[in-house]
Amino acid sequence: MTLPSLEYPLIRTGGVDGLLISFGDRLSEPANRAALAFRAAVEAEGWEGVEETSSTLVSCFIRFDPLHLSHEAAKAKVEALAKGRNWFDAELPRGRRFWRIPTVYDADLAPQLAQAAAAAGMSEAEAVASLSGARVRVQALGFSPGQPYLGELPEAWDIPRQSQLTDRVPKGALVVAIRQFVLFGVSAPTGWQHVGQTAINLFQPEAEEPILLRPGDEVQFIATDAASLNNMRSDPMGGATSETIT
Amino acid sequence: MSGELTILRAGPSMTLQDMGRPGHLALGLSRGGASDRLALAEGAALLGQPANTLALEMAALGGEFQASEDVRIALTGAPMRAAIDGEPVVWNASHWLPAGARLSIGAATAGCYGYLHVGGGFAAEPFLGAGSAHLSAGIGALLQDGETLGIGPDRGRDTNMMIEPEDRFHGGAVRLTPSFQTELFAREALERLQSEPMKRAARANRMGVALTPDGGGYHIEGGRNVVSEIVLPGDIQVTGDGMPFVLMVECQTTGGYPRIGTVLPCDLPRVAQTPAGAELRFRFVDLDEAVELERADAKRRAELSKLCRPLIRDPRLMRDLLSYNLIGGVVAGNEDIEEE
Repeated sequence: MTLPSLEYPLIRTGGVDGLLISFGDRLSEPANRAALAFRAAVEAEGWEGVEETSSTLVSCFIRFDPLHLSHEAAKAKVEALAKGRNWFDAELPRGRRFWRIPTVYDADLAPQLAQAAAAAGMSEAEAVASLSGARVRVQALGFSPGQPYLGELPEAWDIPRQSQLTDRVPKGALVVAIRQFVLFGVSAPTGWQHVGQTAINLFQPEAEEPILLRPGDEVQFIATDAASLNNMRSDPMGGATSETIT
Repeated sequence: MSGELTILRAGPSMTLQDMGRPGHLALGLSRGGASDRLALAEGAALLGQPANTLALEMAALGGEFQASEDVRIALTGAPMRAAIDGEPVVWNASHWLPAGARLSIGAATAGCYGYLHVGGGFAAEPFLGAGSAHLSAGIGALLQDGETLGIGPDRGRDTNMMIEPEDRFHGGAVRLTPSFQTELFAREALERLQSEPMKRAARANRMGVALTPDGGGYHIEGGRNVVSEIVLPGDIQVTGDGMPFVLMVECQTTGGYPRIGTVLPCDLPRVAQTPAGAELRFRFVDLDEAVELERADAKRRAELSKLCRPLIRDPRLMRDLLSYNLIGGVVAGNEDIEEE
């Protein structure tokens, strides 16, 4: 395998108006930190013609107006910035928090727990212990507003997405694949396996801060029972608590 | 002053739409906005207002409406049968809708998304800078029977203007740029994508449009283990079963299924408007050509008002020529009512 630093960052176009700067072809802590830091640096540059930036698991995405900033010029700016430092040793964002989110892992609310456990080579009880015990980090927001990708789970959870989409998982569904969790902010189709259910509202349009979780935050999905979760549904936080990481 | 439009009967999938709310990818919120942004711009040109004015998007089927005061309306996008108090009115045109008259809009006769615009635009409380509904993100809601929509102040007067739309309601040719994952697909797959017709499948909405390739699914090795990456409207995602799916304005902002190519923004209205069963043909263009196509499209959209011309009433569209108020129909005789 090639050393990431020899190959990355890799700069590619996305659509007619995007540049994607990737720091790896699979999730890793350094690549994720690099993506977050590179995005912050692009924002700080304030290049004319750039319309927005975002970070994904291992990449920074830049959307620009190609009618006013040519691809050639945009790429040159990005290359120069990328060469400026070693992005893989970037620090995590400041002000991170640790969240405990109550989660039900019972079969009736988490219909794919059994098949996911089997794919990971575990009994259901082992799977629940592994998933509820893992302290994972928000690596990116995406898919729907405020929806986090979290990782990295133990190696056993390196299971593929399903070949067929599940028609719909409910809002608050905790799904797993490729050593990551996704916590769904909306009800949506997915190829990930539904292994837990929460009552959290990740996106609260009326609230002062509509987005609950931020990249860098850490999360543990604490096991609870269905009756307790039901009681937490009236709480917009779904029983979740947080503390600042010092 | 502005009036109100009451929805007497709502079609199954009606929402308020504008150009969407770009700039929130980092939150996980896609741009959203009208499925056919060209139709939004055409309606705005007919009424002489900004292209980003909030209009009513109707998927497949319209509804029945009544205004509290005389309002100017324009009808664009997928042609639908429309009438005011039973009198057919022309699509891709602007009209007066007198207070209390009943505007009925039926099923699309081609395409998918029709638009009802009002002079002054619909009024909605903006959220993150826009009034449009983004149902997959939980912003706004489907419009319902009996709902009343506020209308903004209208400074315009012109009606009975028409515009010849670019025909995008029957499928056809669509241009692509490479996605950053195009290279994951074999050369044969990319050649097949550009040579075989694709039928639009039954499953389609504001989030995505499913396609059925003549030659079956597109398979790639390891496609189910690709790291999740940014998603752009227009991306053609290939899910595990190999079926291509064009992601539309209300798509997710990230996704793990590989993307074989990205539809040019200027061709996305055609994909949105292609009815089930109709054929799309895809072709890659290089980046320079893509930028020039977008430039030409931006120019065309900016100059839509030049394409608007007075509506010549077609006698074939008048159900009862003798009872038709010819004078009132040709010049809008109620132009002064708003002055009161």
